[in-house]
Amino acid sequence: MTLVEDGPAPAEIGQPILELLNGFVMELRSAGIPVSLTENLDAMVAVKHIPLEDREAFKYALAATMVKNQNHWKAFETVFEIYFSIRGSEYDLKNQDDNAEGDNEDSQDEGEGEGEGEGPGSGGGGGRQMTPEELAQMLYNALMTGDQGLMRMVAKVSVRRFAGMEPGRPVGGTYYLYRTLRNLDLDGIMAKLMEQAHEQVGGEMTPLEQRLANDEYEARVDQLRKEIEAEIRRRLVADRGVEAMAKTLRKPLPEDVDFMHASREEMVKLRRAIYPLTRKLAVRLQRKRLHGRRGALDFRNTVRHSLSYGGVPAEPKFRRPRPKKPEIMIVADISGSVAAFARFTLHLVYAISGQFSRVRAFVFIDGLDEVTKFFEGTEDIIDAVHRVNTEADVVWVDGHSDYGHAFEVFWERYGKEITPRTTVLILGDARNNYHSSQSWIIKEIRSKARSVFWLNPEPRSYWDTGDSIVGEYGQYCNGTFECRNLRQLEGFVDNLA
Amino acid sequence: MTSRFESVSVVREGLGKVDYLADDGIAGVVFLADRLGKPVLVEGPAGTGKTQLAKSVAEILGARLIRLQCYEGLDEAKALYEWNYKKQLLRIQAERNTKDSGQTWDDMSDDIFSSEFLMTRPLLEAIRADDPVVLLIDEVDRVEMETEALLLEILSDYQVSIPELGTIAAKQIPLVFLTSNNTRELSEALKRRCLFLHIDYPDIERERQIVLTKVPDISEHLADQVARIVRTIRNLELKKSPSVSETLDWANTLILLGVQNITEAEAVDTLHILLKYQTDIAKAAKELTSTPSKFQKTS
Repeated sequence: MTLVEDGPAPAEIGQPILELLNGFVMELRSAGIPVSLTENLDAMVAVKHIPLEDREAFKYALAATMVKNQNHWKAFETVFEIYFSIRGSEYDLKNQDDNAEGDNEDSQDEGEGEGEGEGPGSGGGGGRQMTPEELAQMLYNALMTGDQGLMRMVAKVSVRRFAGMEPGRPVGGTYYLYRTLRNLDLDGIMAKLMEQAHEQVGGEMTPLEQRLANDEYEARVDQLRKEIEAEIRRRLVADRGVEAMAKTLRKPLPEDVDFMHASREEMVKLRRAIYPLTRKLAVRLQRKRLHGRRGALDFRNTVRHSLSYGGVPAEPKFRRPRPKKPEIMIVADISGSVAAFARFTLHLVYAISGQFSRVRAFVFIDGLDEVTKFFEGTEDIIDAVHRVNTEADVVWVDGHSDYGHAFEVFWERYGKEITPRTTVLILGDARNNYHSSQSWIIKEIRSKARSVFWLNPEPRSYWDTGDSIVGEYGQYCNGTFECRNLRQLEGFVDNLA
Repeated sequence: MTSRFESVSVVREGLGKVDYLADDGIAGVVFLADRLGKPVLVEGPAGTGKTQLAKSVAEILGARLIRLQCYEGLDEAKALYEWNYKKQLLRIQAERNTKDSGQTWDDMSDDIFSSEFLMTRPLLEAIRADDPVVLLIDEVDRVEMETEALLLEILSDYQVSIPELGTIAAKQIPLVFLTSNNTRELSEALKRRCLFLHIDYPDIERERQIVLTKVPDISEHLADQVARIVRTIRNLELKKSPSVSETLDWANTLILLGVQNITEAEAVDTLHILLKYQTDIAKAAKELTSTPSKFQKTS
């Protein structure tokens, strides 16, 4: 397989590759990956040592020199796949219908060239007038054996047949993917595979065996899905060109994903990112508390040491610092629009609760309820957050946010428990549905607590528009912060202790 | 500069010979590190063989491994060099006793600030070595931001400046590995000077190979089962996923127990070797012994 469109790989880096690399680096930067000038130069040197035909090695050479953060790998991979995708006339959308079956010869060569191991083998019949039954059988075989070449073949044929791709449409390919998958009936095939596994064992499968078989097939189906995606992407790149595709597929880096608009997939990724993050934060907070501070003068110790200087206290001694851990009260709006953000912050704060002397959590929509008990005594924060959503009694009238009333309840029931060591965090977008604000409560809380912070998941430009009254509350807070993504949230928590 | 490795596959095979199963990424980055003369920053979850990589590379090169274990409060005196002031004092004392030698102060200071009185620490030692060395700077994320700067001169120019002696440049560029558990963001300056390598949990195929290589007397069937169960567990949302070393411990335990085929009971009984948190163990046990919901629907 070659990286350039036609002809064998050049012995040294030619002009086209250099240009391609330049565009590639530009795109990485647009995607938010910081690539410095020296890193760019390193990459240029690095690829000289790598045989260009080896696409994997080429990819790792670029990654090792330019991507220095694992969270950016996904973004890098996407850009790489676009810029250095396999190209050829067979991917052209315009002649797909006429030539689809005809250029079979080519596509088979291609398949063999790029395959890690052997070519498609028995599946070499390719797209030549395959009946739907044959295709289904091939798909089944591919999944049964997990044969890479066969999977690629299936992906190729099914995209050609089912995706219905139209030239020139500015899309990212999700719709094509959906259409292809819908026609393949993967759920049905999964069931068939499981039955097959069942028969192989010959008798009852234990739950463990079922689980393992299930996971194995799911992994294969997942791989097939990736092959199909890759196939669609190759065709789209051939149709619309590299730059346009890169722009369409550009996604925010994990730390920049907006809480309020995260897709389900992104949400799962964010949740996975939270453990490493909390560990990092805990270490950092711990270090910060113990460092850079001296305790009070230890008089006894100083005098004792002064004896060796003939009674002159030349070397003052200090007590070890024992900074008090702050106490946290979180008051979170968990109505629809900001629920994800609230869950996330609760999750984060509880995961580092060892850094605080006490954490209490309250959630509200128009009524308010304390949920601390859900978190205490359980180590499974995900489970606790789930219970908050299902069990907390937060609806008072109609289930539309009413900050004023929620604060009233909070002040009435828990106001006495706020001490000068308490830090109060309020999470919400302050969209009050035009109820009365009762902002005096925040003022009162402020006068009792150590500090009051407001975290708002909306972009700052939306604040105080429509029914948002964050400014009115904000005037009584020690600070209001925009917290739209992990990066901002991390920054805030870092400053908390 | 002569390069140590012919090609990526040579690295890979070499590592394979010393029982380190590298994937393309690992072998590729080690190869580049040699060709470009750049240090490698290795990151990844604990127990995936970051430190082992440096050891194995040293082994295939027949090089000496010099290791600097980082910790909070590591300073110049522990990482680079220190003057052996006790010996210096002795030297001055000895001078005083033989009064008639007529040495001047300049002679004296030249004398006591010579390499005889220098105590080399790992970094300087790696620079001054005549024989081939591999330098491993372990858990670099443990030192403070400020101390990190200590490393910069070495990593980019392979030299150490000692005010009294001048600059000591490396006779040969050693292969340098830095490992990090990512407990904090390393500085941009450090990252820029390094090649970046993330070692993740291995995929199922590689894990099976690792188990087969590292655990004596294990059957193909058992290794396969081990790898598959570990993959299933890693897919769960856990506090701490099992590492490769924990997988190996588990496989060894199963062998000791004489297990040929893992059943649920055995899996659940020995889960505490793979997982270290009680909640994780409970969760995994539940997942492994319950029928997958998808299957219930379809069958």
